[in-house]
Amino acid sequence: MSKWLNPRSGLGLTLIVVALVALPFVAGMGGQAWVRILNFAILYAFLALGLNIVVGFAGLLDLGYIAFYAVGAYLWALLASPHFGLHLPFWVILPLGALVAGIAGALLGAPTLKLRGDYLAIVTLGFGEIVRIFMNNLNAPVNITNGAQGITMIDPVSVAGLKFSATTTLFGITITGPQKYYYLLVLLALGVILVNFRLQHSRIGRAWQAIREDEIAAKAIGINTRNVKLLAFAMGASFGGIAGGIFAAMQGFVSPESFSLIESIMILAMVVLGGMGHIPGVILGAVLLTVLPEALRYAVVPVQKALFGEVLADPESLRMLIFGLALILVMRFKPAGLWPSPERRRELSEKTQ
Amino acid sequence: MDILLQQIINGLVQGAIYAMVALGYTMVYGIMGLINFAHGEVVMIGTLVAITVVTLLLKAGVPVMLAGACGIVAAAVACMALGWTLERVAYRPLRNAPRLTPLITAIGCSIVLQNVAMMVWGRNYMTFPPLIEKTQFEIAGASFTSVQVMIVLVAAISMGGLLFLVYRTKLGMAMRATAQNPAVAGLMGVNANRVISSAFVIGSALGAVAGVMVGTYYEIAHYQMGFMLGLKAFTAAVLGGIGNLAGAMAGGVLLGLIEALGAGYIGDLTGGFLGSHYQDIFAFVVLILVLMFRPSGLFGEKTGDRA
Repeated sequence: MSKWLNPRSGLGLTLIVVALVALPFVAGMGGQAWVRILNFAILYAFLALGLNIVVGFAGLLDLGYIAFYAVGAYLWALLASPHFGLHLPFWVILPLGALVAGIAGALLGAPTLKLRGDYLAIVTLGFGEIVRIFMNNLNAPVNITNGAQGITMIDPVSVAGLKFSATTTLFGITITGPQKYYYLLVLLALGVILVNFRLQHSRIGRAWQAIREDEIAAKAIGINTRNVKLLAFAMGASFGGIAGGIFAAMQGFVSPESFSLIESIMILAMVVLGGMGHIPGVILGAVLLTVLPEALRYAVVPVQKALFGEVLADPESLRMLIFGLALILVMRFKPAGLWPSPERRRELSEKTQ
Repeated sequence: MDILLQQIINGLVQGAIYAMVALGYTMVYGIMGLINFAHGEVVMIGTLVAITVVTLLLKAGVPVMLAGACGIVAAAVACMALGWTLERVAYRPLRNAPRLTPLITAIGCSIVLQNVAMMVWGRNYMTFPPLIEKTQFEIAGASFTSVQVMIVLVAAISMGGLLFLVYRTKLGMAMRATAQNPAVAGLMGVNANRVISSAFVIGSALGAVAGVMVGTYYEIAHYQMGFMLGLKAFTAAVLGGIGNLAGAMAGGVLLGLIEALGAGYIGDLTGGFLGSHYQDIFAFVVLILVLMFRPSGLFGEKTGDRA
């Protein structure tokens, strides 16, 4: 466990808690859009930590991770929207989403057990595309997913009559919808961080690490590689499912467009850029890659005006251009990621010597 | 029956294009074990460069054949320079980095190239000027055009040239040696940097030709066209066994055929339940099935252990 999470440093912990509680109000001063960006940063951190189990711990390159996010999102959309007229509460749907996504993960894992490295990558990629294509086309002959139009008017999360989509005033404090989701997401994220930390050094976590380093050796010392790999897929997938459910509720709308391959790649980029297998690093990667493009959105036009007196380049493509350059530069100068685990850093410096 | 023949013809043409792009992936992968995710974007740049050059020359009154030839050469030169630069800037510094690191830089390059292309050529679809006169032929109820014949011919010649280069020249021998064992090849006096650079350059040149093919076939080009094409070509390379030249060619043609036949027959097969918009699923399902039974592709050798 890293030092800053050490319960003995009571002051540090208090500061973190205070910062986490105050953050949405600070961001809210710049407009609710910033709170939403914050929410997405946490949601992506959640997703990245789920993928980190598969890629970082078990070393299985998964390029179709977004499929499980899609499964979770569509499950919520179908069970809590006027589309089928179902309005189940969230404490039914979220565990169900985790379960269904987990099963989907195991289903994907089963035929890919024999595959290694890049072959696994392309099969998972294909799986992700298959899921997306089905969501895009399952509106005929029976309308299940409503095709490319997606599903609208999805119920928000609501606890004891308190709807998360609306603004409420509690004890004289006004809390907006996005701010409520923020707290929910922080709670969930803390949960997944805890699970990640506990898993990492558990028997299963060590088995994953063994498979990552050398699958044949892992098998030789008696690890049931098949079950352990399936477990990694299922576990990563169930986190994706939960995140998908929250996404659907938060947006109130899902369509296949949100679950394209580029999303899978972005989540993988968060894991690798932050520092694969290292939990604080992955969180950092997710937050940076979510906030950076949004911050650039606000920055590119004024900066261009200040420098050249006019808008020379299309802001949208300039923003993505800078983003792509940032990816290249970070990887160029920090090949192990921005915040790699100490062991990994050591391994790497040994290798280059 | 005529549908079958028609779809086989269409599939072959599409497959020839996939094979040309897949070769670029497989050459780089075979030598350095890297998925060059930006290769699809290189193909896209090739197409757009060709459009610009050909359109300009046609406006200047240059005859079509000459303009087309200049377009292909310009596209090839641009792509070769681009491939060389990509390797130099984004991949070479990371040769000893963890395996996933160059994958992320490749994605970064892909994003950069796409957006540069959008800034230069704009968001709109561009029409590709016709390079050869389009005449229609008919055989047993199926029709094909001179463009299709030309595509298959050029692809066959390019691939023949590549095979000659790899199996009959000194550079090719150095490439095969580096692919087998870079350290030993280095001891034998092979300059690994040169070999890797040339793999990128040759792959990009093939990509440029493929880009011109796509342009003349569909008569349209767009800054986002590289992504799906690259993805399909990469699938084709894996299907055949990535790192294997013959595998990439076979995989490309096979993927083209599967897609065309799948799109043509999926409605009949499922009693109208699934329509032709599921054609992409066909490609991926076949890929997954093939890899289940042959985990390293149709012609691939056993790969390394690491993910």
